[in-house]
Amino acid sequence: MPSDPAVRIKDLRIALPPGGERAYAVDGISFDLAPGEIVCVVGESGSGKSMCAHALMGLLPDSVTTETGEIALEGCNLLALDADRWRDLRGRRIAMVFQEPMTALNPLMRIGEQMMEMFEAHGLLSPRERRQKALGLAREVGLPDPARIVRAYPHQLSGGQRQRAMIAMALALEPAVLVADEPTTALDVTTQAQILKLIRDLQRSRNMAVMFITHDFGVVADIADRVVVLRHGQIVEQGSAQAVLIRPQHAYTKALLAAVPSMTPPPRSPLIDRNKAVDVIGIDKTYVTSGGWFRPDRTVQAASEVSFAILKGETLGLVGESGSGKSSVARLVMRLIEADRGTIRIGEVDLTQLEGKALRDQRRRIQMIFQDPFASLNPRRKVGQIISDGPIAHGTDPKLARQRARDLLGMVGLDGGAMERYPHEFSGGQRQRIGIARALALDPEILVADEAVSALDVSVQAQVLNLLEDLKTRLGLSMLFITHDLRVAAQICDRIAVMQRGVIVELKTTATLFAAPEHPYTRELLAAVPGQHRPVSLSA
Amino acid sequence: MKQFWKQMSRNPSGLIGLIILVIAVFLAVAGPMVFPNSPWRMVQRPFLPPFTLSSVPLGTDALGRDVFAGMIYGARVSLLVGLVSTLAALAIGVPLGAIAGYFGGRIDDALMRFTEFFQTIPSFALAIVLVAILQPSIYSIVASIAIVSWPPVARLVRGEVLSLRSREYVQAAIVTGQTSRWIIWHEILPNALSPVIVLASLMVATAILLESSLSFLGLGDPNLISWGYMVGAGRTVIRQAWWITVFPGLAILISVLGLNLVGEGLNDALNPRLARDGR
Repeated sequence: MPSDPAVRIKDLRIALPPGGERAYAVDGISFDLAPGEIVCVVGESGSGKSMCAHALMGLLPDSVTTETGEIALEGCNLLALDADRWRDLRGRRIAMVFQEPMTALNPLMRIGEQMMEMFEAHGLLSPRERRQKALGLAREVGLPDPARIVRAYPHQLSGGQRQRAMIAMALALEPAVLVADEPTTALDVTTQAQILKLIRDLQRSRNMAVMFITHDFGVVADIADRVVVLRHGQIVEQGSAQAVLIRPQHAYTKALLAAVPSMTPPPRSPLIDRNKAVDVIGIDKTYVTSGGWFRPDRTVQAASEVSFAILKGETLGLVGESGSGKSSVARLVMRLIEADRGTIRIGEVDLTQLEGKALRDQRRRIQMIFQDPFASLNPRRKVGQIISDGPIAHGTDPKLARQRARDLLGMVGLDGGAMERYPHEFSGGQRQRIGIARALALDPEILVADEAVSALDVSVQAQVLNLLEDLKTRLGLSMLFITHDLRVAAQICDRIAVMQRGVIVELKTTATLFAAPEHPYTRELLAAVPGQHRPVSLSA
Repeated sequence: MKQFWKQMSRNPSGLIGLIILVIAVFLAVAGPMVFPNSPWRMVQRPFLPPFTLSSVPLGTDALGRDVFAGMIYGARVSLLVGLVSTLAALAIGVPLGAIAGYFGGRIDDALMRFTEFFQTIPSFALAIVLVAILQPSIYSIVASIAIVSWPPVARLVRGEVLSLRSREYVQAAIVTGQTSRWIIWHEILPNALSPVIVLASLMVATAILLESSLSFLGLGDPNLISWGYMVGAGRTVIRQAWWITVFPGLAILISVLGLNLVGEGLNDALNPRLARDGR
């Protein structure tokens, strides 16, 4: 695009406080944002991509210092501005959309008032005009029933609606530049698709320059005009989306793209003549929140008549959006929460009938891998203890248990020295490996993986998936794999169950489900997976 | 641990508190060796003003007893009562709060109603009644202070446990087949410890004040001299002999201040995130 850039970032270098992992959060990066262009800044966690966005908004934390560089917006250097000039500029010329719309909106203010605040802060318009504007903005970002919704509080809106409201606020003063920091990461895939389309449409109609921060190459493929790939605070590659995605030059970009799981399920030999490892028959679970004296109780149906079986050596995927009840099902199967009705069989044993010691003894047969590698390890216990605690509780000799823990660490690709260290000394991917080792320490027959790779970067995700697949075949495990990411499910599952509002709406072999989805919700989910219009994965 | 000391030493007020505390403990431990005479013994003429005789630097009281010796011996009682009653309160409050928070439901309801029962009675009034019924002695004083001061501990621990028990590592321990007792002891309580330590340091200060108040009202152990007793005994002659009440009063003030400073320092050191944000 030949027009003058809206923003020109030149040789920006931001120093981290001394004693950190590296000296610079952002190390000498330069790129332009042209009007009417969406630039995606892509990178894994810790690559400095959010720091770029915050520098552009003048929101850098006090602990970092800008050493050199220039951010030119319409010819003036933003880094030299004082607080008053910044205040004038923000909202009017540059606006930002944050990742988590629930925390970015004030929970005590009505949506409309928060939009009107934008005008008030800059002393524009009369209160009546502001109200009109807020209504118009709500309409423009596609909020349903605008007259009602401007009077609503943030908690009364869905996640997607909140993000629309955030976008409306950002667009209120018609800024020339929009900074979007992972705006769809906290949203479900179907909502994500809608928000991406909205940003795209608004950017077209207003000829804005958009800086879009993301870690998801699917999203990049859907929305980017140009791509900037960051790694350790440095640009490894930049260019048009077409060039970077189809013909990546740098090895790192190639590796990242190759790590994106493909939407095409790999061929899998069908599993026949096998016994059931787990049999779940008609479980129900309803959460009841007491409404107090004068209001009726709130009930949420987390699982309704959920039935499925997992064969020996099979991986069953459970996919669905947030709130569909898939995590509840995992916890029901583990008996971390009690089902209202229904039976869960592990082999011949009815798990729902057991209590106390008998239940604790059976628990070793089914083990769980948790979502958040930072929350799932006790920060005050050493890794060796974390892994060997379980076997010791089941009566294994402590010395043997520790020896076994050492072997398991080797099996998941960590060295034995990890035994004496605490969890905070490890990276996210390494912690997830420790979590897997802990689950394997009890020689289970079944693994339940609840979003086990969702919190990991894409390259680490690929490694952990490979590890899981490999361990599963080697040890002959069955697996219940819960995920919201259909790409991941396509790669690892033999069969997939789709959940919506506590009900399994479709359960088929992976290949059939992807080739011929029957239920409308399954079709909707499949269509919303980002990055299908342009091929993103090199391996596909 | 090394990091903890680093954090602590970076905090000047916490350090001052620690120094005050160390001096107080040192005086309490070593003082009676320097002053082998009983503080109840008459050593000089009554109402001797301070700073007149080097053998009785802080003067004498209405019966000619050495005020300085009284303060040294009083430090023993005050600090001991503060420490022991706080430990006793923790021994009641921590298990109760942990059980209530971990098991929830009816058990939680029952234990918390029980706790509230104690909280609704004004603590000082209850302490007076308990000491009066049990006869004033060092044991009854410690017991009554512990009984009135455990409810906040139980509530704090319950809150911490409530938030910790839904953590994934606790669930991981459940699915590996650990018993509830093991989980509370090994997975939950170690992570709930820092706020309890902070609260405990402040409770020692409150306990010293409570003991002083009881002694001031004449409900102290009659065989042991304490700061509160000295203030109480000197109050009738405060216009003629201010030093009899002022010096033990200052001792109470300074040691309670020291404990509060330490508590605050501990809070900052054990919650590094809060400390860093405050800067």
